[in-house]
Amino acid sequence: MTAMAAPREAPDLREPKGWRRSKNRIMTVLMVLAFVLTIIPLGFVLFTVIAKGASIISWQFLTGSPIPPNVLPAGFGGMWPAVLGTLLITGLATLMAVPLGVLGAIYLNEYGGRNWLSALIGFMSDVMTGVPSIVMGLFIFSIWVLHFGYSGLAGAFALGCLMLPVVIRSSYEMLRLVPDPLREASYALGATKARVTMTVVLPAALGGIVSGALLAIARAAGETAPLLFTILTVTTANPNVFSGANTSLPSQIFSNASQPYTGAQDRGWGAALTLIAICFILMIAARIVTARFTRYSR
Amino acid sequence: MSSDVKADPAGTAGSAGTLSQKRPLGDRGFQILALASGLLVLVILVLIAVSTSQQAASWFSTEGLKIFTNNWDPANNQYGALAFIYGTAVTALIAIIIAVPVSVGIALLLTEVVPHRWSRPIVYVVDLLAVIPSVVWGLWGILVFAPWVQHIYASIASGVNGVPVLGFFFGPPTSGASFFTAGIILAFMITPIVTSLSREVIATVPQIDKEGAYALGATRWEMITGAVWPHSQGGVVGAVLLGLGRAMGETIAAALVIGSSATITSRLFAPGYNMPAVIANQFGEASGVFRSALMGLGVLLFVFTIIINILARGIVERSARRKRGA
Amino acid sequence: MEQSEQNIVAQTETTTELPKPAALQDTRPADAPVRDTSGASVFESKNVSIYYSSFRAVTDVSLNIYENEITAFIGPSGCGKTTVLRTLNRMNDLVPGARVEGDVHYRGASLYAPGVSPISVRRRIGMVFQKPNPFPKSIYDNVAYGPRINGIRNRGKLDEIVERSLRQAALWDEVKNRLNKSGLGLSGGQAQRLCIARTLAVEPDVVLMDEPCSALDPIATGRIEDLMHEIKLQYTIVIVTHNMQQATRVSDRTAFYSVLRDEKSDTRTGVLVEYGRTAQIFEDPQDSRTQAYVTGRMG
Repeated sequence: MTAMAAPREAPDLREPKGWRRSKNRIMTVLMVLAFVLTIIPLGFVLFTVIAKGASIISWQFLTGSPIPPNVLPAGFGGMWPAVLGTLLITGLATLMAVPLGVLGAIYLNEYGGRNWLSALIGFMSDVMTGVPSIVMGLFIFSIWVLHFGYSGLAGAFALGCLMLPVVIRSSYEMLRLVPDPLREASYALGATKARVTMTVVLPAALGGIVSGALLAIARAAGETAPLLFTILTVTTANPNVFSGANTSLPSQIFSNASQPYTGAQDRGWGAALTLIAICFILMIAARIVTARFTRYSR
Repeated sequence: MSSDVKADPAGTAGSAGTLSQKRPLGDRGFQILALASGLLVLVILVLIAVSTSQQAASWFSTEGLKIFTNNWDPANNQYGALAFIYGTAVTALIAIIIAVPVSVGIALLLTEVVPHRWSRPIVYVVDLLAVIPSVVWGLWGILVFAPWVQHIYASIASGVNGVPVLGFFFGPPTSGASFFTAGIILAFMITPIVTSLSREVIATVPQIDKEGAYALGATRWEMITGAVWPHSQGGVVGAVLLGLGRAMGETIAAALVIGSSATITSRLFAPGYNMPAVIANQFGEASGVFRSALMGLGVLLFVFTIIINILARGIVERSARRKRGA
Repeated sequence: MEQSEQNIVAQTETTTELPKPAALQDTRPADAPVRDTSGASVFESKNVSIYYSSFRAVTDVSLNIYENEITAFIGPSGCGKTTVLRTLNRMNDLVPGARVEGDVHYRGASLYAPGVSPISVRRRIGMVFQKPNPFPKSIYDNVAYGPRINGIRNRGKLDEIVERSLRQAALWDEVKNRLNKSGLGLSGGQAQRLCIARTLAVEPDVVLMDEPCSALDPIATGRIEDLMHEIKLQYTIVIVTHNMQQATRVSDRTAFYSVLRDEKSDTRTGVLVEYGRTAQIFEDPQDSRTQAYVTGRMG
C-alpha cells in the first residue's frame, strides 16, 4: 500500500540556478525600459514647448493681430486670428458632429440591436476612425470647396467627419452601460421609445458621452491636415465662419514651422503651447467629467 | 360598470393612452433621425471614395499604369508616384519596428508586472502622448529633434561605413530630416493606440490559464510566453495593423520632418517623401493634372488605409468574440 | 493510533467566537508521535491562518499530509478548503494582499521562509485546477511545456517524457496519433487528463487537485478517480472536493472544514473541524458539525 520512504534531507527550495531567473529579470527590465522610452520624448516635447512658448505667451499674443514673419521680437506678433479660427471652426464642427454622433449611437444601441445594418455601421464607423485626416480634407475640398469656396464651414465639415465616428463609438459604449431595468421601468409607465431614450437613457449616460465628446474635440482642435484645403490659411481674423478663408492654431503653427525666421518660429512655439494647453484642458475636463458625473462605467 | 375602465390584456405601451397600433409620429420620426445619423457613416465613406476618385480621374487616365513609376516631375508633366508610395511604406515600417516592441512591452508591463494601483498613472502618461497634436510633433521634430539626431546619424554612418548591409541602409545624412526621423516621430505617435489595443487584448487572457503556467513552476516571463502570448497573438497583430494604418496616414508631422525630397533610396538617413506629406506640401499650388495627381495619391491612401483597417478590426473583433464565446 | 491523529483545532462548545490560537485544543497526549507508521509526513502545517488584506479567510489550521496517500479536503462552500490547498504550493502569492501566518513545512523545509523560491516549490508540488485549462498549444507542447522550461530541449527526451506522462494520465491511446493538434480541441474529461499529464511531466512529488472533477460528467469523473488510485503509488495527492461520495471513494484521509461565523462582527472565517482516516470521518465522526455535514443535514 504505502512505500516506506527512506529518510531524506530537507529539499532545496531556493531559486533554480541558471539562466531562468536572469532571463525573467532581463525581460522585466526591458518592459520597464519600454515605458521609459515613451516618457523621454513626451517629457522632451512638453519641456521644449513650455520653455520656448512660455516667454511668448501673453494677453497681447493671444489677442493681437499677426505681424510679418520676419519681424522681431516675437512677442509683438499676435495669434488672435488663429485662436478665433480654432474656437469658431472647432465649435461649429462640434455642433454638427456631436448630436449626429450621439443619434447614430442611439440607433446602434437602442434600435439596431443585433441586425446586420447596425453591425455594418458599427464596424465601418470604427474603420472610419482610421481614415487619414488629410483624406477628409481632400473629400470636403472635392465636394464643397470646389463649388462654394474656402470657408470656416468647410473646415468644420472636415473636422466633423473626423469627429463623427469617434463620438459614435464612445457614445455607443456609454449607452450600452445603461442597465436595461431603467428602460423597462420607463416603458412600463407607458413611454415611447423616443421618450425613454431622451428622458431616461441619455441622461444616465450623459457623463460618459460628454467625456467622450470632449476627447473628440481635443483631437479635432489639434488637426491641421483637414484644414489645409478647406480654410486656406490666412493671416487676418475672419469671424464669418460661413464664407471666406480662415485660419486656426494648428494651421498657423504649420506655416510658421516652415519659416526660416526665428521670429516666426518663436511665435510657432507660443501657438503650440496655446494649442497644447487647450488640448490638455479638454482632456482633464473629460477625466473630471468621467470621475464625477458618470454614473455607469466599466 | 364604467366603460372607461377597460383592462387591456395586450398591454400596449402606447403613449397618450391610445389603443391604436400605429406608433405616434414623434417616435417614428426620432427613429428615422437616429437611423439617418447612423447611415451617415456609410454615406460619407461612399462619398469620399466617389468624389476623390472623380477628381483623380484625369491623373489615372493620363498616366495609366505609369503612376507606379518613379518619375515625379510636375514641371514636365510627369506624375509617376512610386517615390511617395515607397516613402510611405518605409516610414510606416520604421515606425512599426520601433513602436511595436515598445507598445507590447508596456502592455505586458501593465497587465502582468505592475500592481493595479500603479497602472492608472502609467496609462495616463501613455495617453498623454496621444494628446500632443500632430503639428506640435512636427514643429518639435523639425526645429529640435532633427538637428539633434543628425549628429547621431552622422556617427552611426561613419561607424558602419564600408560594412556591407548596414552601410547600405545607414549612409550619411544631409540634414536631420529624413525617412528615419519621420519614422521615429511616427513611432511616438502610434504608440498610444497600439499599447491601448494590445492591452485590451492581453487582458482577456483567462486568469486560470496564467495560474496553470505558474503552477508548473514557471517564471513570469515563461508564463507570458506560454500562456499569455498564444492567446493574444492574433489580437496584437490586429493592434499592430491599426498602428500601421495610422502611421501611413499621419500627415503633418511627416510633412515637416521627412525632408521633402521625392527620391527612392535605401539610405534611411536621407531625405525622402511620402504620400500624405507631398499632398500637404504641394496641394496649395497645384492645378490641373498636378492637382489630380495629388488627389489620386489621396485615393490610394484612402484605399490602403481602409483595407488595413478592415483587416485589423476584423482580427481584433474575432479574438474578442472568441473570448466572449469561450 | 487513529485517536492520536485527530487534530481538533476549533473548540466545540462556544461556536460563536472566533478561536484564538491560545484556545487550541489538542487532545493528543503530549508525548504521542506526530506520524503514524503508514509513511513519512510530506506536509506539516502548524497554526496556519490566511489573510486577504485584513480579511481572515482561514483561521488556525494544523494538519499533516502523509506520503503516498490521498487526502481529501471537504466542507461547505466558502470554508477555505481551496485557500488552504493553495498554501501548500505558494499559489496564494498570486493574489494581491494575501498573507500567510503560521508555518508550512514540506519535508522539513519551511515553504514560507525568506529565500524560498515559489518556482522551485511549484516544480515539486503541482496543481490541477477545477476547470481544465490546457494552453492554446498542441497537445505535445502542452505536456512538454514544463520540461522545456526546466531546460530539457532534447527532442528524444521530450518525446519520452510526453509519452510517459500521457500514459500515466491514461490519455496516450486516445491522442497518440494527434499530438500536434490543439489542446483546446479535447473534451472536458480529456482536457483534464491532459492537464494532469502536463503536471506529471515535471515529475513532481505532490499533486494538488482543486475540485478536478466538478466540471466533468460522471464517466469522465470515474476515469480520473481511477487515475488517482494508480498514481497514488508514486505521488502524494491532496484533493479538494465538494462531493462526499468522491471523498469516500478515493481518499485515505479526510479533513473536514467549516465556516465559523462571528455574530458580533459579522465576519466569517474557515476552520479545520476534524481530520482523520476517511472511514472514521464518515462512519464515526467525533464532532457534531462533521456528523451534520457527512450525513447530509448540513450542505
